[in-house]
Amino acid sequence: MSVLNLSGVLSPRGARPVPAEPAGELVLDVRDLRMRYGRNDVLSGVSFTARRGEVLALLGPNGAGKTTTIEILEGFRMRSAGQVSVLGTDPARGGEAWRARIGVVLQSWRDHAKWQVRELLEHLGSYYAPYSGSGGRPPGTSRAAPGLPRPWDVDDLIATVGLTEQAGQRVRRLSGGQRRRLDVAIGIVGRPELLFLDEPTAGFDPEARREFHDLVHRLADREEATILLTTHDLDEAEKLADRILILAGGTIIADGSADELSQRMSTQAEVRWSRDGQRYVHSAEEPTRFVRDLFRQYGESVEDLEVRRASLEDTYMALVRQAETGPGLADDTTIRKFSVVAG
Amino acid sequence: MNARGMAVRAGARRGWIELKHNFTTPNDLVTLVIFTAILLGVMIWVRTTTVPGTQFSLGTAMLASMIGMTVGFNGLATLGGILTIEREDGTLLRAKATPNGMTGYLVGKVVTVSGTILISVVATLIAGAFLFSGLALGSAGTWLTLIPVLLLGLLATLPLGAVLGSLFPSARSAGLLTLAVSGLVAISGIFYPITHLPHWLQWAGQVFPLYGLGLGTRSALLPAGLASVEVGHSWRHLATFGVLGAWTVAGFVVAPLLLRRVARRESGSSVAARREKAMRQIAG
Repeated sequence: MSVLNLSGVLSPRGARPVPAEPAGELVLDVRDLRMRYGRNDVLSGVSFTARRGEVLALLGPNGAGKTTTIEILEGFRMRSAGQVSVLGTDPARGGEAWRARIGVVLQSWRDHAKWQVRELLEHLGSYYAPYSGSGGRPPGTSRAAPGLPRPWDVDDLIATVGLTEQAGQRVRRLSGGQRRRLDVAIGIVGRPELLFLDEPTAGFDPEARREFHDLVHRLADREEATILLTTHDLDEAEKLADRILILAGGTIIADGSADELSQRMSTQAEVRWSRDGQRYVHSAEEPTRFVRDLFRQYGESVEDLEVRRASLEDTYMALVRQAETGPGLADDTTIRKFSVVAG
Repeated sequence: MNARGMAVRAGARRGWIELKHNFTTPNDLVTLVIFTAILLGVMIWVRTTTVPGTQFSLGTAMLASMIGMTVGFNGLATLGGILTIEREDGTLLRAKATPNGMTGYLVGKVVTVSGTILISVVATLIAGAFLFSGLALGSAGTWLTLIPVLLLGLLATLPLGAVLGSLFPSARSAGLLTLAVSGLVAISGIFYPITHLPHWLQWAGQVFPLYGLGLGTRSALLPAGLASVEVGHSWRHLATFGVLGAWTVAGFVVAPLLLRRVARRESGSSVAARREKAMRQIAG
């Protein structure tokens, strides 16, 4: 198995420049999206936005409507009500030119089994050629599209997803992990400005997951693609996403960065240290001040210091539990807090 | 060239690639060879038997019919079956996620299936020329009838195959589709003159395009005297073209509606649901 070798090129997520704010380029603008099946409201008013180059993770318990939301945005499913704008177009009326600017990573099963990897990517890429731009960014604009050259050069793409050794192989001979990388390659062959990933790393081993994360970073950083992904893996969401949306009970109950979410949700942090061979644990409302006092008092005898904020998992569990126990004052406060942070 | 035009070209390339796959995948090739060998074997077996009421070889008559059957069977069952399978495995969804991908997909299927038919027809004719006597391959009239019949046969059966493929819900029911088309072959006078069937079955058989196709290719390839064993003792070209033409019109009206409906319903979750169902059925 070949290995994605991107780690050297990539900056860590934290060092990445924040997407340009003021341009107001909303790639996704969802307002009061509703979906009803029979008498069952799956989505009861979902609202959020995404700017160009942002990576959004959509979290939520099973059945919360994550896939429904994504499929409506992809234009694969009609909505019951609400306003949706994807790259400036209503996905229910998105034409082929709109489709060319969007990438969808689908989970393959046994489709195109007889095709060779390179052959398939070259073929699917050819549909994007009429929608190619001149390449480069027109001077004086912050917008690369419609200047993006399409499709992605096939050999470069194959190398990017780490399938160079398998380029001549038939799809059915690929391993599960290789197949998923091919799925990603197919999703991005048209150089999408917006990419949808529905549970992209389900069934990945840790190494494959890591490689995939590197690839997502590269897409967001270099290609300036906006990415919306759903996942059950909170660690993955925290690593990948600029912003996390939590969908529960048919609506977005939280919207902010992982840091913002945990800071807002829990005012208490856990401080652990040891002194003279004795271990201590303390819950502090203001851990920084507490630690400062601790050092002032005990100086160098403080060892093994650890300050732990509530993890995203703690935050997530608390928020979802709150949302599921029914609407209350607490809910409203939470949402308001986050929208203040996000706005 | 505009995007749609390029998608048609991409579709043609897709068809060509998949045609090559079919003839370079050992499994597919073996299936094709065995299937053809069995049919040829049967026809060689009855080479010395005569068509009832004539001195003409039944084997040769069957071979002429089989050319028509190849068109009908592939156009209906093969295309329909591929559509149900590729809807289930997500090929169609990938086409939907690609700009103009559905256009390319459909063009590709038409090219692949037509190409398969063309290759089978040519192979059968070559076998006919060397192994059977009595085929009128040398006359211009043969080709002036055969080519229009084959073309109209494609037009009549391919959209109908797409309709069948849209109606059958899963890849598992594709086998049912093949069975149904095989049943149709049995009552369409392909292997034995239809006049030997009960009256009501004769009528039922003549309504469907397979009968017309078989009659058409027989009329092109067999001596004029053999018309005596057909219904009304005639090749009935007008009726043949009428029936095939009617199916063509019906197919071209209904197929786009159904295909659009099928395409509209495709999404990641619908493919995932079918995959899960199929997995359960395999496990259970």
